[in-house]
Amino acid sequence: MSERTAVEYLTLLDRGELTSESLTEQFLQTIRNRDPKVQAFLHVDESGALEQARLVDMRRKRGEPLGTLAGIPIAIKDVLCTAGQRTTCGSKILQNFVPPYDAHVITRLKQADAVILGKTNLDEFAMGSSTENSAYQVTRNPWNLERIPGGSSGGSAAAVAACEVPLALGSDTGGSVRQPASLCGVAGMKPTYGRVSRFGLIAYASSLDQIGPFAHTVTDLALLLEAIAGHDPRDSTSVDKAVPPYRQTIEQPVRPLRIGVAKEHFGKGLDAEVEQSIRAALKIYEQLGATLKPISLPTSPFAVAAYYVVATAEASSNLARYDGVHYGYRAASFENLIDMVCRTRGEAFGQEVKRRIMLGTYVLSSGYKDAYYVKALEVRRLIKEDFDRAFTECDVIMGPTSPTAAFRVGERTADPLAMYLSDIYTISCNLAGLPGISIPCGFTKDGLPIGLQILAPPFEEEKLLRVCRMYEQETDWHTKRPKL
Amino acid sequence: MPDLPYRIVIGLEVHVQLLTQTKLFCGCSTQFGLPPNSATCPVCTGMPGVLPVMNRHALELAVKAALALNCQIASFTKWDRKNYYYPDLPKNYQISQYDLPFSREGWLEIETSAGPKRIGIIRVHLEEDAGKMLHDEQGGGRESLVDLNRTGTPLLEIVSKPELASPEEAKAYLEELRLLLRELEISDCEMQEGSLRCDANINIHLPQGEGQLVATPIIEVKNLNSFRAVERAMKYEAQRQYEEFQRTGKKLGEVAKATAGWDDARGVTVIQRRKEEAADYRYFPEPDLVPVTVDPAWLERIRAGLGELPAAQRQRLQKQYALSAYDADVITGQGRAFVRYFEEVAGRCQDPKEACNWLSNEILQMLNERKIAIQAFPLAAEALAELIRETKATGLNKQRAREVLARMLETGSPAKQAIHDLGFKVVADEGQLVEIVRRAMAANPKAVADYKKGKTKAADAIKGAVMRETKGMAKTEVVQQLLLQELQKA
Repeated sequence: MSERTAVEYLTLLDRGELTSESLTEQFLQTIRNRDPKVQAFLHVDESGALEQARLVDMRRKRGEPLGTLAGIPIAIKDVLCTAGQRTTCGSKILQNFVPPYDAHVITRLKQADAVILGKTNLDEFAMGSSTENSAYQVTRNPWNLERIPGGSSGGSAAAVAACEVPLALGSDTGGSVRQPASLCGVAGMKPTYGRVSRFGLIAYASSLDQIGPFAHTVTDLALLLEAIAGHDPRDSTSVDKAVPPYRQTIEQPVRPLRIGVAKEHFGKGLDAEVEQSIRAALKIYEQLGATLKPISLPTSPFAVAAYYVVATAEASSNLARYDGVHYGYRAASFENLIDMVCRTRGEAFGQEVKRRIMLGTYVLSSGYKDAYYVKALEVRRLIKEDFDRAFTECDVIMGPTSPTAAFRVGERTADPLAMYLSDIYTISCNLAGLPGISIPCGFTKDGLPIGLQILAPPFEEEKLLRVCRMYEQETDWHTKRPKL
Repeated sequence: MPDLPYRIVIGLEVHVQLLTQTKLFCGCSTQFGLPPNSATCPVCTGMPGVLPVMNRHALELAVKAALALNCQIASFTKWDRKNYYYPDLPKNYQISQYDLPFSREGWLEIETSAGPKRIGIIRVHLEEDAGKMLHDEQGGGRESLVDLNRTGTPLLEIVSKPELASPEEAKAYLEELRLLLRELEISDCEMQEGSLRCDANINIHLPQGEGQLVATPIIEVKNLNSFRAVERAMKYEAQRQYEEFQRTGKKLGEVAKATAGWDDARGVTVIQRRKEEAADYRYFPEPDLVPVTVDPAWLERIRAGLGELPAAQRQRLQKQYALSAYDADVITGQGRAFVRYFEEVAGRCQDPKEACNWLSNEILQMLNERKIAIQAFPLAAEALAELIRETKATGLNKQRAREVLARMLETGSPAKQAIHDLGFKVVADEGQLVEIVRRAMAANPKAVADYKKGKTKAADAIKGAVMRETKGMAKTEVVQQLLLQELQKA
């Protein structure tokens, strides 16, 4: 029963065949059963969620107008501020931080009458590709508990995949929604930069971060995106552009459809089984009348390096505020101010966070800034231009989301660089600010999910969703659920 | 004053708080003196997940100031992060402007003893203020307290070129800046409240060898809490550098720039530990804010709204009313409302010089005593103009005229009425006056004799006697003239 889509639940709720309270209780029960193994959630707000659900039921009974997500349970990556509820960012340094404000998207979800079940696990401060960097727990891939769910939004992806919630929110800075979606066999999306307000999203890399939805299907993605997208005066980088009614047009196939296939996405390091699934998916599009156009994104080989310079530079500054002075963790003993700050950050930041702060500080420092930071910005511009050129020849670009399926817990933790290369196909999209989706397109022979990534020009989410829906109509990957 | 054996070179870095209602990047109040940490919000306290939003009015005031300082306004400007750790800076970075400030290359004209001088301005940019720390100054080991009310207040940073050549010029620059910014309602410029802060960079140039000039290392002087302190500190530091150079011979470039705090109580600068490297702030463009493009029409509207600025005003007052440079400076220095009042009085009484005299002396004194501005002064411009007209017509002397003014303020009656009520009747009849003069001369034969011997000052005693007899109701110039006439005859 918890395996359905949000759209299906809305219909059932609307028809009175289900109450929100019973639906919420059902998901809470699934969490109780499965999450001890999956470890997707950091905190579950059972009483709060049931109360929200009851309220929606009451208002529905009275015939009051309800929001677009009325009564639907949703999980939130613990990088988004929820007023009055602990928001930890997967870090010890915010272990007892309770924000006095909601993130913009949380306010929107409340306006949509969604039922917020709880906060999900993540790589600390959204830095990672496996959710192994959380200070609290390691989330497991519901398709194989020995494997990682991907990261940094591993908790949200696993929660949806394990049917603990039908919808979840994550954040994507270098692929942190798309990659775990791919590894967990669910749909995940990164909207165009500026499409969704970042107010209340605890910042990792300000010019790259975007909040994105997880669901089983693209129609559910559209539902959630409509609820959270749009201009917010509290975020100067959020764009004042109307939000199209994505669900209204999603069933319309895109014809003609030119699909760009970048040779750089099919090179060394791409697992053979993954490639096979992607090629099969492309064949299906061809059968639907699409044309495949070979394109080149020549600056691709430099994307990971450019990302790890720009993102860490911004992160080193964004994370400077965690110093034990005003809020959060403070070291228990220290000699003076500087000692306090050093001990606080030394004790409460994890290894990967420290690594990236140091890297970011270095690339901005006097004598190195031009060679690293400024150079990376130039590379970023070239990457964007690659896409601009490509999109004159094609409507969307398709390829694998991740070079491999889910790897084992602990497999890449000894080699940060190997971990960084997990993001090789997703990272350019953030650098260029484009929208991108990963949808399930197969499994390895070991039963591990494979994801198809589709990229579109800025603010073309409407077309992107329609293109994804075309594939869904022809396949049934999106109906598969793990046995737990 | 004797010539100094060195040339002084001063550059001033001034920060002024803008008179906006709210902070630069959030909606918190900028009101001074609120209870600690009461004017804060998640944005200005740097909580996780918050974002800055630019206050447009702050930018408008900033542009207004830069235009008044004759600066070039950039058509494209952006924000940068200046990264450093300090408890009064909750994000541990300050949002400021680095390589593309919104304005540069301007000047401010000051009055010097050698005439007007333009002091160059390198740049004017906007940044957010930090909070306030309260330390246990007694060294009692208590905790330091942080008040974040001030965090995020809009600050204008104005950097002058090192073109101030004396402590007096430095003070004049600050006074002119204060006048300008207060008149345009850009800032209060109150050093006591911290809405104007000043750091001074100073070194000296002195001759060495065959007609060559050598420069001493630059010292940045901080903790300057009044304009007077700036003047005193510059004088002290210039001399200190001179004496140090005699001892050590260290030149500019040989040692790192150092900071010194001004100890006003002891009247000395105290060099703080020299930092071998400048702090690395790792500036980079602020990714949470979009760059700003300046709309030319908006810029023109601001420019048009500036009105007459003090430098131009001084010139015009001199030209239009034949005031001396000194007088024009005094009037302008009191602000636009005062100038308007002056111009109204001058126009109505047709005697700008008299109007200026009254305003710079009696009126200004009264305003200071009552601690009010001219807008609150109970005497209308027309009433003062009437007093001046009556004084001239009747020949009433200054002393008596002051009494009339006092009466006017007391009773609210016009000049003519007040003169009548006080029973002041001027002795204008020359025949009458000559008689009085002769009587006074007869009563003071020694004074007359002294005068004939060449002691011209002796005549004052006789004049005094005449004024006493007429109860001050005679025109002093007429008495003077008649007295000299009679003394010639004697």
